[in-house]
Amino acid sequence: MKGKVWKYGDNVNTDVIFPGKYTYSPLTPEEMAQHALEDLDPEFARQVRPGDIIVAGRNFGCGSSREQAAICLKAAGVQAIIARSFARIFFRNAINQGLPVFVQEEVVAGLNQGDEVDLELEKGELVAGGKRWLLPPLPLMVLKIIKAGGLIPYTRQKLADSREDEKKRT
Amino acid sequence: MGQTFSEKILGKRAGQKVKAGDIVVVSPDRILSHDNTAAIINEFRKLGISQVRDPEKLVIVLDHVVPASSEKYAQNHKIIREFVREQRVRNFFDINHGICHQVLSEHGLAAPGTIVIGADSHTTTYGAFGAFSVGVGRSEVASVWATDELWLRVPETIKINLEGQLPPWVYAKDIILKIIGDQGADKANYQAVEFSGPGAKALSLASRMVLCNMAAEMGAKNAYFHPDKKVFDFFQELGISDYEVVTSDEDAQYSEVINLNLDKLEPQVACPHTVDNVRPVSEVEGLPFHQALIGTCTNGRLEDLEVAAQILRGKKVHPQVRVLIIPASQKELLKALEKGLIKIFNESGCVVINPGCGPCLGAHQGVLAPGEVALSTANRNFRGRMGSRDSFIYLASPATVAASAIEGRIKDPRKCLL
Repeated sequence: MKGKVWKYGDNVNTDVIFPGKYTYSPLTPEEMAQHALEDLDPEFARQVRPGDIIVAGRNFGCGSSREQAAICLKAAGVQAIIARSFARIFFRNAINQGLPVFVQEEVVAGLNQGDEVDLELEKGELVAGGKRWLLPPLPLMVLKIIKAGGLIPYTRQKLADSREDEKKRT
Repeated sequence: MGQTFSEKILGKRAGQKVKAGDIVVVSPDRILSHDNTAAIINEFRKLGISQVRDPEKLVIVLDHVVPASSEKYAQNHKIIREFVREQRVRNFFDINHGICHQVLSEHGLAAPGTIVIGADSHTTTYGAFGAFSVGVGRSEVASVWATDELWLRVPETIKINLEGQLPPWVYAKDIILKIIGDQGADKANYQAVEFSGPGAKALSLASRMVLCNMAAEMGAKNAYFHPDKKVFDFFQELGISDYEVVTSDEDAQYSEVINLNLDKLEPQVACPHTVDNVRPVSEVEGLPFHQALIGTCTNGRLEDLEVAAQILRGKKVHPQVRVLIIPASQKELLKALEKGLIKIFNESGCVVINPGCGPCLGAHQGVLAPGEVALSTANRNFRGRMGSRDSFIYLASPATVAASAIEGRIKDPRKCLL
């Protein structure tokens, strides 16, 4: 899927991705998307398009455990995030929301704000400006969750399967 | 080869010998959530089941916006209270208790050798009691409510040796700010942090909680202090004895050992807009600010309030500074009240607010206008955290904040003549 690069630096924290003042209001993902990255780059929410990717430095998503940080980016249409490293709770949250996240230094070094990219998630391949990069394969557990559309649908299926097994046994 | 605390406890609970890097599935002892419980309930309802697997494990504390400041927050709390009744959650703490990390701690719900997960990044706090405690997101908590299990990567461990002794007017907050400033906000990403050495042993439980709480600000998955008599006495007083202490082996493998001598440590200040932008107080002295905050899950306990009161006693806060005091819990507030500290705060011109998170996350009770500067004992100074994206937050110890509140400018607390 094609999109554009939004490039940011190190330590993009969850407060600038999704400000705390909205955290305990019950908003829909689409409403959350309107506040995505509000305190870092007010242009982002206005101009992001489905298929765009975020490319960032170290420790992306540090700070609060708020899952809206992942939800709002996914709802804004972000296809994937590629960074030098992620904060661990954000990393889990993104996967749990079905938002693919990759650690790939060369992509971060090679891409700039506004670059046109073509990302093929299935193949783990990213093409931009005639260059091709391979993304590190995701662990099986993570792939399963992303394929299911996130942890909630994944767990729902797992629970349904175990009920089914139970029925068969009895 | 020996094992670290994290390897040992996760291995024990997963029923296999593990080493750092392995993935294990464990069943936690406690599952914490706060005002975000309403959002978790929303996710839980999508799972196709009606009952939480083990309601005894749930700990729900209303603390982020208490009492509710708007109709939306009120509705949020209402949904949570109804769920608590429906699922028979015994460990529910309504708005009259305090901040989740303090409340869970003071009820002895994070005993040594237990596993606590929480939908809050500062869940790392319970390492102060020798628990394995780790923050996760909302979907994850909803999922654990339903399945009673969670996958975790066994973390590597960074050992931080605290040598020497803290000088007067220098505190736990200064230790952890110094470490984060030196090591960076992502130093311990995906890893555990173990505090040890004579400087660690000497710290009170409240001070150990400061270090473990803020380990989250260096990216740590969990933090740990070797439980000692202070911990055992604390649980004995609560009448809790059914726990099994887990400790790191002498010959455990650490990814890195960091040594810090406390003898010459200065008070530290984290400057906007990252927690690792730390300077010694001498470099930021004289900086004017508008609002002081003494409280939060980092520094709202009795020992923090005592230091602040000691400095503020008989003095007036600067007329151009608003000073907010927010005890971490009702219990800490009561202790402060009995010791006469609240009277001191009142007489010196501070505003004492009910226990809770207050303005720390910018939701209510003293948010900042554009251009305003706050000096706070909290754990985060991210842009926009306490209100306007054009405001500025400095972080320091309760002593530094109290001394500065009188001056109206950042001041080295060691210059307080008492």
